[in-house]
Amino acid sequence: MTATSTTLPLPDVASADLREWLSTMVLVRTFEEAADGLALRGKIPGGMHPAIGQEAVAVGAARALRSGDIVTGTHRSHHHALAKGMSPAGVLAELYGKAGGSNGGRGGSMHLADFDLGLWGSNGIVGGGLGIALGAALGAEVLGSEQISLGFFGDGGANTGRVWEFTNLAAIWSLPLVIVCENNLYAVETISERVTGGGDITARAAGFGLPAHQIDGQDVVAVHRAVRDAAEQARSGGGPTFLEVRTYRYKGHDSGQVIRYRTEDEVQRWRTSRDPIENFTARLTDAGVLTADEMSTIVEQARRMVDAAVAFAEESPWPDPCSAAENVSAWNASPGTSR
Amino acid sequence: MAGPLQRRRERERLERLARDFAVNAPNSATAGTGAEPEAQATYSTAYQAGMREEMIRDATIFVLGTDLYDRGGHFSQVKGLGPEFGADRVRDTPISEAAMVAAGVGAAMNGTRPVVDLNFIDFSYGAMDELVNQAAKVRYMWNRPVPLVVRATAGVAQGGAQHNNSLQSWFMGTPGLAVVFPSRPWDVKGLLKSALRGHDPVVFLMHKLLTGARGPVGGEDDVVPIGSARIVRPGRDVTLATYGYGVVLAEKAAAAVSGEGIDVEVIDLRTLAPLDVDTVAASVRRTGRALVLDEAPAVAGPAAEIAAAISDAAFWYLDQPVTRLTGRHSPIPHSPALIAGLLPDEAATVDALRRLARASGPEVAAS
Ligand SMILES: Cc1ncc(C[n+]2csc(CCOP(=O)(O)OP(=O)(O)O)c2C)c(N)n1
Repeated sequence: MTATSTTLPLPDVASADLREWLSTMVLVRTFEEAADGLALRGKIPGGMHPAIGQEAVAVGAARALRSGDIVTGTHRSHHHALAKGMSPAGVLAELYGKAGGSNGGRGGSMHLADFDLGLWGSNGIVGGGLGIALGAALGAEVLGSEQISLGFFGDGGANTGRVWEFTNLAAIWSLPLVIVCENNLYAVETISERVTGGGDITARAAGFGLPAHQIDGQDVVAVHRAVRDAAEQARSGGGPTFLEVRTYRYKGHDSGQVIRYRTEDEVQRWRTSRDPIENFTARLTDAGVLTADEMSTIVEQARRMVDAAVAFAEESPWPDPCSAAENVSAWNASPGTSR
Repeated sequence: MAGPLQRRRERERLERLARDFAVNAPNSATAGTGAEPEAQATYSTAYQAGMREEMIRDATIFVLGTDLYDRGGHFSQVKGLGPEFGADRVRDTPISEAAMVAAGVGAAMNGTRPVVDLNFIDFSYGAMDELVNQAAKVRYMWNRPVPLVVRATAGVAQGGAQHNNSLQSWFMGTPGLAVVFPSRPWDVKGLLKSALRGHDPVVFLMHKLLTGARGPVGGEDDVVPIGSARIVRPGRDVTLATYGYGVVLAEKAAAAVSGEGIDVEVIDLRTLAPLDVDTVAASVRRTGRALVLDEAPAVAGPAAEIAAAISDAAFWYLDQPVTRLTGRHSPIPHSPALIAGLLPDEAATVDALRRLARASGPEVAAS
């Protein structure tokens, strides 16, 4: 177990790539702020769970993987989806339930997927996505491919039994899996440290006999480094790694939630001193990788993309209700009788 | 080495099983018509043979579950395949049903063909989310195939309340899952082939009491389509629709009443989801009377769905209301005497057939 500090040097990555990380984080933030507002205006059926404050986790992790690698998300997954390369327009239209949505309105916020991009679904079942990542890793091993997979779950998920069944199987079979607990300290209204026996998720994981580390999730560089190392180990046959990435969500569990379980002070402390985007911006600026002009371009581009996404979602037609029960199973269309 | 006495005992045991459980040869219309007798197997060895043939045909097929490699599973269902195909293709797992099914779901989504063997379907409760919330919905949510087979032994035998759950109704009620429940070796192998050549999850249930049942099996390409029922025995007077061990009871009961001039058409549904309503309804339109035989509990069980489907598709042809003969709404007890009090048997089936065949007008068949 290692806690990683935020003073790591910038990674050995091209400056343009570092700026791309920042722009994706800014895009996620802009998208989430807009989506939160749209949810409050009733535009998003069923509401949704914003990950504002958690941008560094998604971007740091996704950029440490190859494009063919697999990521599975949680119910709070817009940041994972955008970091994996889904278009904001497709994601927002999906949240709207429109035909132009990335899944034609079938999935929605908790079931975003794009298999071509390696996004194997956000998942409405706490801990469920990790299972799909586990199986994908097994499939990759059986096929002898170089693909690895990464499964996200939350600190709430860390108290489900299935997460540990999955971790155990990945460990004993040495599967190419990166297990990421995105610990934002709360499960809906439940303060995780009050309901987590032993108090330490990383220590729990270490008991399964795999490397387990605690990482600063507000530092995109720290997340990137940890996931890159874990991915390398997985790809070279070294088996799974467990990462507990400590982060924080600024908003409630879902849009519009009235928050009584934490103080506004606490939120302000995270926002002012630990904001992943501000901190990374400062580091890039200090290192001479980013100018103020470039930063305004990044912010403007994000705003333009999100505005376009809103227009697209608004204008996109509704899916055809007649298609609602289609494509459930090929067996439904299987032939009648034989011998 | 088995001595002559043991060999004789074993032969006698198998003959006894064959007498008890023998199921008819395939319908003559499609059965092998050559002079060669068809290969015989037990229900369980038919499964092994089907797995072997398919594993040879398709290198992406593998099986995972507990106690498979050496023991061959609790019903010898994959006996011998471990040493034959190696530990990567016959994978022993810890007792982690959620992880087993999750591993199967993800691996299937990634282009392999896993068979998750749960030994007893009762253990699927521990993996219900992976089966029902994940496997069954992936195609719908994401248009991604999940060629997953979850095999388990089902049906009532010994073993008490927690090894005899009739979960078929739960899975029938899950959009996205196929549920098959063969009654004879031929269909075990043929349906397994369909399942392993398809693109969607299949819950593959095998009745415990049929484990040693013998009968012919098909060759490498004798595929039984999922969703196809089979007319086991044609008849004019009553349609008896059933599946699994019910087919054994149905055949005995039909034979018993044939001497009384009651000509029963026995249909083996073979697949519960999707149901082959066409075959059953066509039969009921000929006979005008329908008995659904099922050992699963009555309330919201498969028989309820089958009876409703018959009423929908053949109501105006019915001379009597559709009759259900099912297990009671109860868990399964330990004592054989108590089990007998819960389940339909041959005598109850005979009785139901007689009443149904003779009832006329408002004189309701079942009382
Ligand atoms: C199996 C299951 N139980 C309960 C829920 C309801 N639920 C949705 S999100 C959530 C909290 C999850 O907390 P955590 O895993 O920490 O993720 P976070 O919301 O913090 O991102 C709960 C209880 C669910 N979706 N799935």
